[in-house]
Amino acid sequence: MEILFASAVGILTAAGIYLILRKRTFPVILGLSLLTYGVNLFLFATGRLMVNAPPVLNKYAEVPYTDPLPQALVLTAIVISFGMTAVVVMIALGAYLSAKDDHIDMVEDTKRAGDDA
Amino acid sequence: MNHLLIAPVVLPAIVAPFIIMVLRHHLSLQRIFSLASTVVLLAISLVLATQATDGTVQVYELGNWPAPFGIVLVLDRLSALMLLLTSGLALTVVLYSIGSGWDARGRHFHALLQFQLMGILGAFLTGDAFNLFVFFEVLLIASYGLMIHGGGTKRLQAGVQYVVYNLLGSTLFLFALGTIYSVTGTLNMADLAVRVAELSPDDTALLRVGAIMLLLVFAIKAAVLPLHFWLPASYANAPLPVAALFAIMTKVGAYGILRMYTLVFGPDVTATAGLVGDWLLPAAMLTLAVGAIGVLGSREIGRLVAFGAIASMGTLLIAVALFTPQATAAALYYTVHSTLAAALMFLVADLVMERRGGAIIAQRPMAQTGLIASLFFVGAIAMAGMPPLSGFVGKLLVMDAAREHDLIWWIWAVILVGSLVTIIGLARAGSEIFWKSHDASHIDDPEPELAGHDEPAEMEQGDAPTPALPFIACFVLLAGLVLLTIFSGPMMDYTEATAAQLFDPNLYIDAVLKRVEP
Repeated sequence: MEILFASAVGILTAAGIYLILRKRTFPVILGLSLLTYGVNLFLFATGRLMVNAPPVLNKYAEVPYTDPLPQALVLTAIVISFGMTAVVVMIALGAYLSAKDDHIDMVEDTKRAGDDA
Repeated sequence: MNHLLIAPVVLPAIVAPFIIMVLRHHLSLQRIFSLASTVVLLAISLVLATQATDGTVQVYELGNWPAPFGIVLVLDRLSALMLLLTSGLALTVVLYSIGSGWDARGRHFHALLQFQLMGILGAFLTGDAFNLFVFFEVLLIASYGLMIHGGGTKRLQAGVQYVVYNLLGSTLFLFALGTIYSVTGTLNMADLAVRVAELSPDDTALLRVGAIMLLLVFAIKAAVLPLHFWLPASYANAPLPVAALFAIMTKVGAYGILRMYTLVFGPDVTATAGLVGDWLLPAAMLTLAVGAIGVLGSREIGRLVAFGAIASMGTLLIAVALFTPQATAAALYYTVHSTLAAALMFLVADLVMERRGGAIIAQRPMAQTGLIASLFFVGAIAMAGMPPLSGFVGKLLVMDAAREHDLIWWIWAVILVGSLVTIIGLARAGSEIFWKSHDASHIDDPEPELAGHDEPAEMEQGDAPTPALPFIACFVLLAGLVLLTIFSGPMMDYTEATAAQLFDPNLYIDAVLKRVEP
């Protein structure tokens, strides 16, 4: 299970990094989302992976339990990354609509005018 | 528990939604509430700073949960100093943006500003690493809104870059925190310090990875080379009063480095010994060099000041990277100075931009050119670190603190040559903008070219702003610089006490974890 989980985190992160190196905003935003999925899974795994164990202590019986803190951290991280993705989509859309161009880098005005001509 | 400790977070957190929900259509009421909130914040910071001067570490347990389990806010001398600096800066920025009418050019300026203050003040107060992440996100979300305030193609494009870069930084922050948590099982900074010190030396590989990733996160925030690429474009294209407020945001990164790498991964922790300073020092010197060259090469006044801010971060981080009490005291003094100086220069740059556009070329003289030229002159002296203002004192202190270091000649050379290049760059810009404009023979472009920026001149005619207020804001910052110079003695006493407190983390740990003195 650990290998499966670790490779999932690794593949998500690698794909995310590949995508954020693209030159248009849409793949970059997709890449950011993949990276946040990767980091959420990673955070979840920092409390060690356990199957069929509740995240609460049971004081009446010796049953296994998982660390609840990473789960709380992941919840926070999911909420924040969701909000952030929404913000970046809106800003990127605004930039695309006003510049008629969704390149992530800022082309100098003179150069762009030259391209159009 | 002293409930005043949480007021700097709660007050803007209440005022900002109130402004959005109740005062959405009343600009003048928004201004009054925002200004009042900022004044109250300044008063609270003053009270907290006086409480912190005696060296006690105050702890506020949220929900009364004891330290390693609940989130704590901690007030020590460093936090108090940063609180005071932030709220003082915020006041001038609010005054300026009201006076210049910037807050009327888009919606929710004041609400976003209050949220930004909540994030910054919270980041300075918190004693929990994950909570630090959350406050970082609060200040970043607000800064995204402020960054694109007023709109415009270039600003939106720069905004996309800024957001993407900072989202990457946030992701890295989470990776770092996850790694550190998996090794230590805690995220409370004081508890982390205890656990890290107890870790067996053979078992620290993962922790070192976490420590370096965390350093990278703070380096992105502090715009250390080669992670500075977000800063020039964002600051130059943001509304410049907002950029003046952002002058404190790079300091949040420097604060993070100072806090985490004195408290948790301190200089005497064997696991991470020599890991941070050795990397940070050359990077900081490069930052200073590139900032100075950028000042020389800028063709646009916003970008000029942005590179000036990078150069000052370089000087600041050189002092931080030495990790000695003397150097840290110098770094803190320089932090206060460089924040005020960068903010002053951004505001002056906005005065210039509003009147004639940002390009550093000779044009016809603008309104109030004499007053603005003098402000630019004084600001440039402060930013370049020339006597008689506090930049000179600050640089002298940093260089004096480097006296014992092996790389002393490198450090001195970079700081001195960097200052020289900065002076040349600023002098060139100043003479182009202010002096050559009076000589008609130099003017080859009579039509001011406001490349890509919204036309401020036309917008200003619509509702004539209070013309005195922007200058008052500038003079308040200037007065801050002058006071910092005159009272550099008492100020140094305070920063030396702060550094002593930072390099004796047991006080902090005892206060947070309620350990009894042995």
